[in-house]
Amino acid sequence: MERTEIKKIVDEFLIDEFEIEQDVIADDAHLIDDLGLESLDFVDIVVIIEKEFGFKVQREEMKDIRVLADLYEYIEKNA
Amino acid sequence: MDRRVVISGVGIYSVLGKNIEEVTNSLYKGTSGIGLDENRKELGFRSMLTGKLERPNLKKLLSRRQRIGIPEQGEYAYMATVEAFENAKIDMDFLEKNEVGILYGNDSSSIPVIESIDRVRETKDTTLLGSGSIFQSMNSTISMNLSVIFKLRGINFTVSGACASSSHAVGMAYFLIKHGYQDIVLCGGGQEINPESMGSFDGLSAFSVRHDDPQAASRPFDKNRDGLIPSGGGASLVVETLESALKRGADIVAEINGYGFSSNGDHISVPNQEGPTISLERCLQDANMAARDIDYVNAHATSTPVGDTMEARALNTVFGGCKTPISSTKSMTGHEMWMGGASELIYSSIMMDKSFIAPNINFESPDEDSSKLNIISQTTEKELNTVLSNSFGFGGTNSTIILSKYKK
Repeated sequence: MERTEIKKIVDEFLIDEFEIEQDVIADDAHLIDDLGLESLDFVDIVVIIEKEFGFKVQREEMKDIRVLADLYEYIEKNA
Repeated sequence: MDRRVVISGVGIYSVLGKNIEEVTNSLYKGTSGIGLDENRKELGFRSMLTGKLERPNLKKLLSRRQRIGIPEQGEYAYMATVEAFENAKIDMDFLEKNEVGILYGNDSSSIPVIESIDRVRETKDTTLLGSGSIFQSMNSTISMNLSVIFKLRGINFTVSGACASSSHAVGMAYFLIKHGYQDIVLCGGGQEINPESMGSFDGLSAFSVRHDDPQAASRPFDKNRDGLIPSGGGASLVVETLESALKRGADIVAEINGYGFSSNGDHISVPNQEGPTISLERCLQDANMAARDIDYVNAHATSTPVGDTMEARALNTVFGGCKTPISSTKSMTGHEMWMGGASELIYSSIMMDKSFIAPNINFESPDEDSSKLNIISQTTEKELNTVLSNSFGFGGTNSTIILSKYKK
């Protein structure tokens, strides 16, 4: 899957599901510090990734994802 | 250390209305909140009768993280709590600076439990349940959610005592406050209405099947009653010391004078006469009152053949010579179960405030036991200074609370 398509899907669920303001979404936005996500939100991100991109996320792999670009890249590698 | 305990704010979201004002009008007019849910027929229910209530939309009121752990009955409880705190003149600034506890009645959370088990059985993958499921599924879902949303830092747990849950919650708060362990406790009860939560109860043939006339189906104490109607919603009360309420300049809704309780130690579903009698007597004793001091009784009476008979006998034992006016507001609301104790204290306090007795609608023909009671079937204007509310539940749990109009 193309990075642009991944970005579109991820950004959309962050805005719609997580109610994050569009103007804070950027490649270098930190998931916790900038987007305001917390530990429980990552549980829901795992569910959405599996639903949208069709692969199973291992929670330990999420440890290294700090900014949005890391998340796009992680999905690109696995989708 | 005995301190005076008062209710300083109430809020409600029920089949009679979505706030105190709407509920007051319904109580006065004797409006029924009962209707039919055709979906229950498809699910194999014997009864399609239920209280009718729309779910509130919390999207504009709470953040995603605050909403995600709240099940249906928690939504009702939240709406009731917003109103109760507002009426008690308690805002977020006050909650951040003062210790407030929560004791809330709830005894099921069916949909999240069913959905999570269905999903795991289907996918064999628990990670797909998401983060909200656990917080929605637990019996303590309401107290855990509201304590976080409203930053409550005092006592915090759920009381599960079947259909007396929220009456016991208020009773426990009254004890804690009276004896100096807490100053302010948010109390209440929440009850889910969805059909899935009521299937096993329907299976006991406990529900009315008077489908041809839903609003006449709940008929507590009437000779032709044929079962209860499940209902629900949320009811919240701010319970606190008289001193703290006055200090904040809150209007006192009522004083709590006594709490009585007992357990039948008998059959799991069939009530008896002795247990409720003990609860009534213990409550009067705690309030230092005699039966003749009570101006109105809000009966538990759910419209089941045996339950109403046993309560009628207990009431006749305690109030026999006094001709105390009695009504069951379940004739209008249906059985609000885990929420019923709290909501009926609110209904009683509204009657006391507005000087009327809400009718026991559909009471047309008494039976042998109810004929001995002074059951009020039409709205009656009357000054009420003291009211008593009964709540009983499966397992033979009984709770009674006495309220009075606040006097200096």
